[in-house]
Amino acid sequence: MSSNTTDNTGYKSYLEEDGGRKGIFKWILSTDHKRIGLLYLYAMMGWFCIGVVLGLLMKLELIAPGKTLMEAQAYNATFTVHGVIMIFLIVIPGLPAVFGNFMLPIQIGAKDVAFPRLNLFSWYIYILGGILVIISLFGNGPPDTGWTFYAPYSFKTGTNMLPAALGAFVLGFSSILTGLNFIVTIHRMRAPGMTWFKMPLFTWTLYGTAWIQLLATPIIGITLLMVAGERILGIGFFDPAKGGDPLLYQHLFWIYSHPAVYIMILPAMGVISEIIPTFAKKTIFGYKAIVLSTLAIAFVGYFVWGHHMYTSGMSGTALWAFSLLTFIVAIPSAIKVFNWISTMHKGSISTEVPFLWAASFIFIFMIGGLTGLVLGSLATNVHVHDTAFVVAHFHFIVFGGVGFAFFGAIHYWFPKMFGRKYDPSWARTGWITFFIGFVTLYGPMFYLGVKGMPRRYYDYLDEFHGPNIISTMGALIMVTGFLIILVNLIKSARHGEKTTEMNPWGGTNLEWQVPTPPPLENFDEIPVIDKAPYKYD
Amino acid sequence: MTETIAHHDEHRDDEASKLGIWLFIFTELLLFGGLFVTYAVYRHAHPQAFHMAAQQLDVVIGTINTVILLISSMTIAMATTAIQKKDKRTTLILIVITLVLALVFLINKYFEWGAKIDHGIYPGSPLLEELGSGDTLFFGLYFFMTGLHALHIIIGMVLIAVILVRVRKGKITFDNFQLLENGGLYWHLVDLIWIFLFPLLYLIT
Repeated sequence: MSSNTTDNTGYKSYLEEDGGRKGIFKWILSTDHKRIGLLYLYAMMGWFCIGVVLGLLMKLELIAPGKTLMEAQAYNATFTVHGVIMIFLIVIPGLPAVFGNFMLPIQIGAKDVAFPRLNLFSWYIYILGGILVIISLFGNGPPDTGWTFYAPYSFKTGTNMLPAALGAFVLGFSSILTGLNFIVTIHRMRAPGMTWFKMPLFTWTLYGTAWIQLLATPIIGITLLMVAGERILGIGFFDPAKGGDPLLYQHLFWIYSHPAVYIMILPAMGVISEIIPTFAKKTIFGYKAIVLSTLAIAFVGYFVWGHHMYTSGMSGTALWAFSLLTFIVAIPSAIKVFNWISTMHKGSISTEVPFLWAASFIFIFMIGGLTGLVLGSLATNVHVHDTAFVVAHFHFIVFGGVGFAFFGAIHYWFPKMFGRKYDPSWARTGWITFFIGFVTLYGPMFYLGVKGMPRRYYDYLDEFHGPNIISTMGALIMVTGFLIILVNLIKSARHGEKTTEMNPWGGTNLEWQVPTPPPLENFDEIPVIDKAPYKYD
Repeated sequence: MTETIAHHDEHRDDEASKLGIWLFIFTELLLFGGLFVTYAVYRHAHPQAFHMAAQQLDVVIGTINTVILLISSMTIAMATTAIQKKDKRTTLILIVITLVLALVFLINKYFEWGAKIDHGIYPGSPLLEELGSGDTLFFGLYFFMTGLHALHIIIGMVLIAVILVRVRKGKITFDNFQLLENGGLYWHLVDLIWIFLFPLLYLIT
């Protein structure tokens, strides 16, 4: 097809194809992977707003020492619910559930995922998990254990932690089934000619992620069930009074929850690997290196969980082994950064909004990654363990990583998904405000952590006051930026200028060769792939 | 993992659904894997108490249940063969036998658990508290592992019941039997997990 726009006569996009259903049923009964992706997007947007409000409340509490807004118990509940929502309902499903669902089948030239009904079912499980989290807020008060549900406190607390833990368990199921679906889809449904090393990089990272989802999530499932057994039956697995070992809980928890960090970050790296070549108009540098480093991260990521437990009590040998492995897992991440930078080198870069997000992702991700090494080495870890430093590092990696990639992804694929354009100048304003707010919010927390301010307290010593004020100001700026982005996107999705331009950015993958917005089954004829990805002639 | 590319025009892809069920079986193994790790850790910590506590379990009833499950695995496998030979009647009989065996397994389990609970051995019981941490952990694991396994038996039974209905209605036939085969694979998994639970809990004393 030579023209860049879609011929409109008789064409029906997936948004117009309603399957004979009306109103909301067009969405919640549809097995179209694109609609399911959007269902996840809308649910997550709602959750994210709640999570942001909770985060902002914490920063407002910390604007001055002593009680500002809430007492200790309310603060404990706030950081717990903030963590549970942000981790289990947003960043873990995040990119795979929204953009993976929408783009994966298109990127490999398939009409849908392998099991479309299972895909919709996964969304329902996701919603059920969310409902359980909501239930935990009532009754005896919201959980106050932190999102990690550490034993023995998690079965001793009088608060309503059981529904939250079961919610996380149920959400794990959703994650497993999505991962399973993606693996089978990638194995079975690639278009003719799309060999493994012709797959787009976002698809590759989804593949690595899907394996982690599949193989790591059951461990947290069984662990949370054991905590439930502890709470309901007093079974004694993690109760020191009955001979149980709380440390075992920590091991089991992190055997999942560390790989979960890679569930979050790998697809983010995939998004960045899509955006950068498109806006540098240059073939990605070291395609195979990116693929192999993705698989290396997915693999080595299983063996580093102990670095969350340096101060919990492990043998010296275990400590240095985990430290060494942690340093090793940093290597493939760094390889990717070099690849992105080299791709940009001598490219003809256009600084459109998605590129701005991708470039700032690299900046934020490097700060997060390098401070991760501070935490990964034993001696420095002991100094900053459980301080604001950890919170800063974590948010730079997880929020900076997934969040920036998510906003990059939505600005990149928005015209394709909705068939409308967004306002680029508002999008830029939102980005710069968000970026400045982000750095101002989390930057001072590195300093506070090194100076010894512990995390998870509603109060602090007077000497920490100054940086905390800066940090709270940063939070306000960042939330302003977020609102600008959100309002701009919602307005554009509803009333933005319509577009049928197939390839607005000049991307090379298959999603840019289908009509905008794509038709119900993506392709009239399954394409035949005969060239390597990211080729610019 | 095959490299073949599926035909996009047909909606059915048996290879895909088989791959799907195998991946799901991996996750189930890992789910129990967490419990096996816990077992290993606590057995190492309390070898003597685990030794004594394991002798309290009824090896006879455990052996009977093992044999029952092994036979039921055989019958469901035979059902998959029978349907390929277009023998619907035998298929149905074999599936019903599988279901009955599963039910017998659960009944045995009910009496076994009942006897333990009658003796005051159940999670959080005062007797276990008296006996000490080794026994508490052993019986905690016993109830948790066999309980979770029994839950899998029930899920498997529901799945096989669905398959039974579909065979009767003629939805599962000699050239479209992937669901039956997948149900069989799942049932073998349930069987396999028991094959590990049985020696760990009953035989190693």
